[in-house]
Amino acid sequence: MTRDVIRLTAEPLDAEALVDALRSDAHGAVVTFLGTTRETSPGDPRRVVALEYEAYDAMALAEMQTIAREARERYGPVEIAMVHRTGRVDLGEPSVAVVVAAAHRGAAFDACRYAIDALKARVPVWKREVYRDGDAAWVANAPS
Amino acid sequence: MTVRVLAFARLRELLGFHERRLALGDGATIDDVWTALASDARPLADLRPSTRFARNGALAPGTTPLDDGDEIALLPPLGGG
Repeated sequence: MTRDVIRLTAEPLDAEALVDALRSDAHGAVVTFLGTTRETSPGDPRRVVALEYEAYDAMALAEMQTIAREARERYGPVEIAMVHRTGRVDLGEPSVAVVVAAAHRGAAFDACRYAIDALKARVPVWKREVYRDGDAAWVANAPS
Repeated sequence: MTVRVLAFARLRELLGFHERRLALGDGATIDDVWTALASDARPLADLRPSTRFARNGALAPGTTPLDDGDEIALLPPLGGG
């Protein structure tokens, strides 16, 4: 029985609430990763004012569950929250949160890194950059 | 048979739909879905190499045979995170 939190949401992310949801007396470490909206993309001079996210909800949730299970197979008994935004995310706001609670920091850091890397490579979510001049473009993640 | 096609992100915009039904002959594969849609939307041809497919929520190659009622998703390169 785990207390994993796997979600897509159109609401602002609340990292503190996720930490509270996972924290327990069995855990000596909680690692939080927040991916936030950046003003520029590598090699692109245009200023980004927002990102817009779209997901294949059912498959995205199933894939995040699978990633959480894989993280436990690799790093032992960790509990994981993976929450991804949909819709418009303004500059500086978090678009994704990965929180991992574990008995020790090594497993928490390793599982968190594994989960965010796997999410970016495998979870069916798409992002559109909206620029200051009103233009917009779909942007793919770099192959890992 | 009839399948349900889901298109996302850039493919959704180019095709002009998020979801539609598509009638196909018996023995049709995922590649046949793409071919049927690409004949209506020329800009799609260049995107075939970067597009992946999911059948009923699981990644599947273009050669996968389809059943009536399948949900076929067209997935452009991912951009999560």
